[in-house]
Amino acid sequence: MPALTHFLLLSATLFVVGVAGVFMNKRNLLIMLMSIELILLSVSMNFISYSYFIDDLSGQIFVFFILTVAAAEAAIGLAIIVTLYRNAGSVDVDQIRRMRG
Amino acid sequence: MDISFISKAILFAPLAGSISAGFIARRFSNSFAHWTTIIPLAFAFFLSCYLFYIFVVNNEQSSEITLYSWFSISNFTFELGLLIDKLTVVMISVVSLISLLVHIYSIGYMKDDPGYCRFFSYISLFTFAMLLLVMANNFLQLFIGWEAVGLVSYLLIGFWFTKESAIRANLKAFLINRVGDLGFLLGISAIFIIAGDLNYNAVFTAAGQMSAISYEILPGHSYSMITIICVLLFIGAMGKSAQVPLHAWLPDSMEGPTPISALIHAATMVTAGIFMVTRLSPLFEYSDTALNLLLIVGSITAFFMGLVGIVQNDIKRIVAYSTLSQLGYMTVALGASAYTFAFFHLLTHAFFKSLLFLAAGSVIIALHHEQDIRKMGGLKKFMPITYWTFLVGCLALVGMPGFSGFFSKDLIIEAVRVSELSMSGFAYALVLSGVFVTTLYTFRMFFLVFHGEEKHNISHASVVKEPSFPILAPLCLLAVGSLFSGYFIEPFIVKETFMDSIQVSAEHSAPLGMIESAYQNVFVFIAHGFMLPAFLLLLLGFLTAYLIYIKNINISFFKKYTSWVQYILVRKFGFDYFYEEVVTACAKKLGLLLSKYSDQKIIDGCVNGAAGVIRFFSLRARTIQTGYLYHYAFAMAVGLVVLLFVVIFNLRVQ
Repeated sequence: MPALTHFLLLSATLFVVGVAGVFMNKRNLLIMLMSIELILLSVSMNFISYSYFIDDLSGQIFVFFILTVAAAEAAIGLAIIVTLYRNAGSVDVDQIRRMRG
Repeated sequence: MDISFISKAILFAPLAGSISAGFIARRFSNSFAHWTTIIPLAFAFFLSCYLFYIFVVNNEQSSEITLYSWFSISNFTFELGLLIDKLTVVMISVVSLISLLVHIYSIGYMKDDPGYCRFFSYISLFTFAMLLLVMANNFLQLFIGWEAVGLVSYLLIGFWFTKESAIRANLKAFLINRVGDLGFLLGISAIFIIAGDLNYNAVFTAAGQMSAISYEILPGHSYSMITIICVLLFIGAMGKSAQVPLHAWLPDSMEGPTPISALIHAATMVTAGIFMVTRLSPLFEYSDTALNLLLIVGSITAFFMGLVGIVQNDIKRIVAYSTLSQLGYMTVALGASAYTFAFFHLLTHAFFKSLLFLAAGSVIIALHHEQDIRKMGGLKKFMPITYWTFLVGCLALVGMPGFSGFFSKDLIIEAVRVSELSMSGFAYALVLSGVFVTTLYTFRMFFLVFHGEEKHNISHASVVKEPSFPILAPLCLLAVGSLFSGYFIEPFIVKETFMDSIQVSAEHSAPLGMIESAYQNVFVFIAHGFMLPAFLLLLLGFLTAYLIYIKNINISFFKKYTSWVQYILVRKFGFDYFYEEVVTACAKKLGLLLSKYSDQKIIDGCVNGAAGVIRFFSLRARTIQTGYLYHYAFAMAVGLVVLLFVVIFNLRVQ
C-alpha cells in the first residue's frame, strides 16, 4: 500500500503538468482548457487522498460536487470556445487579444 | 360656522380656483377659466364680509388658528397658523373685493388673449398668496406669502413673455425685490436669534428685551438691537412697497396687463410692506431711529416720485408714479406712529388707485393699446362712463374734500404735523408740497386724455367707444368705493378699534390723541378740510394744470429757465441710470472676473487636474493588461502562490 506522500507527489505532478500546459501552450485554447481540468483533478486527488488517510468521508463527498461543477464548467468553456471559433475563425491563443486594456 | 373654518375657506378658495383654472380649464373653454376662479373668490369675499361683520361690528376678540405643525427642531416647534383680528379682517375684505372686481374686469380686458386661462390661474394664485401673507400669525409664514406674491408679480409682469421689455421689467422687479428680501430675511433671522420664536405674539412680548440689547455694527457706533431689526424689516418693506431707493421696479412693472397693474402693483401687493409695518407696530414703536427713517424715506418718495410723474407721457406710468407717491404717504404715516391712518390710506388708495388703473385700461382698450397721453385728447364725448369714473378717481387721489382720498391723506398730513419726532418737520414740508405735485400731474393727465383736441388717429375716432359691460361694471363699483369709503373714518381715528393689533407707545400717542379729541364728526371734518393749507395747494395745482393744459398759456419762458429740472425729472433722478450703468455693470464685471479666474482657473483647474492625474496613472496601468490569456493565468497562479505563502507563513509563526 503506497503512503500518503506518494499520492501527494502524484497530485503535485499533475498540478505542475497542468500549470505548465497553460503557460507553455500558445497555440490552442482547447489544450489550455484541458490543462485547467488537469489542475482541478490534481486538487481533487489531494482531497481524496487526505480524506482516505484521515478517515473522513466529507472530503470524498466534496470531490463529487467539484466534479459535477467541473463538468458543467467544462461544458460552458467548450461552448465559449465554439462561439469564439465561429466568430474569430481560430482558437489560436496568440491571436485572441481582445482583453487588452 | 366657526371662525376657524371660515378663515380656512377664505384662504384656500382662491387656491382651488387657481389650480382648476391652471390645470383643467384649457381642456374646456375660456369661460370655464373665469367662472372657476370668480365663483370661489366671490365665496371668499362673502365669507370675509361675514368676518368683517362679526369682528368690526360685533367687536369679536382676535383669535389664532393653528393649521398644522410644520417642523420641530430640538424643543422649538414651528406651527403654521392664522391670526384673525380686525386688521386682518379689514385687509382680507379689501383684497378679496378688489381681486373680485379685477377678475370680472379681466373677462373683458383679456378677451381673445391666448393666455386667458393662465392669466386667471395666476391672478387667483396671487389672491391666495396675498391672503396667506395677510392672515399669517408668524414671521416665516409672512415671508412665504411675501415671496409668493413676489413670484406671481414676476410671472404677471412678464405675462406677455414674447415682449422683450416685459421680460426685462420682470427681471428688474425680481432682482430689486431680492435686495429688499435680503434685509427682510436678516431681520427675521435676528428676531429668531433674540426672541427664539417666530410667532407674532411671542415676539411682541420679547420686544422690550430686544430693545435692551445693543449691538456695535461699526466700532464706536452702538445701536439698539430693535433698531437694527426694524431697519432690516423696513428694507424689506422698501423693496415690496417700492420706496426710494428700491422703487425703480414699479414703473417698469407696467409692462404687465393693466388689470395686474391695478390689483398687484397698486392696490394690494405693494401695500404689503405698509401692512407688515402696521402689523409689527409693537416692534417699531420701540425705535425712534427706525421711525425717523420711515419719515425720511416716505416723504422723499411721496414728493420726488410725484415730481417724476409730471413729466411722464405713458398713462400707466403716470398712475404708477402716483402709486409710488401715495405709498410714500403711507410710509410717512407709519413713521409718525399713525398706523391706523396709514392703514386707512391703504384702503381708500386701494379703491381709487385700482379705479384709476382700470379706467386707464378702458381708455387703452378703446384706443387699441395706445398708452401715450400726447396722442389722446377729447375722449370725454366718446367715453362718458370712463370719463366720470376717472374723474372720481382723480378727485379722490388729489384729496378733494368729500372724496375718499381726502380723509386719509388729510389725517396723514395732520399726523405728521403734530408728530414730535425729529424728522417730522422735514416730512411735513414734503408731504404738504406733495399735494400740489399730486394735483398737477393728476390733472395734467386728466386734461390731456379727456379734454382738448383729439390728437389720436382719425380713423380710430370713428370706432372709439366705451368697452363692454365686464369692464364698465367694476369701474362703477370702484367709483362708488372711491366716493364713499372715506366716510368710514371714525374707526380709524378712535384708538380703541385696532387696540388688539396695533400698539402705540405712550410718548408717540400724545399727538395722535390730539387729533382724536379734535374730531367731532365726518361733516365737520370735511368742512375743516376746506380751511387747511393742503386744500389751497390743491387748488393751486388744479389751476396750474388748467391754465397750462386747457388754456394753453405760453410757458416757454418758464421752460427756458427750468430746463435743467426737466432734464433731471425725465431721467428720474438718475436711479435707473445708476442701477444700469453702475450697479449692474459692476456686478457684471465682477461676475466675468470671477468666472474667468475663480471659476475657469481654480475650480475648473481642480476638477480637470484630478481627472488628469487619474488619466496619467491609468495610461500606465493599462499596459499591464496585454490581452494574452496565459499572462492572466500566470498572474493568477503567482497570486495564488503568494497568498498561499502568506497563509502558510502566518500559520508557521503562530
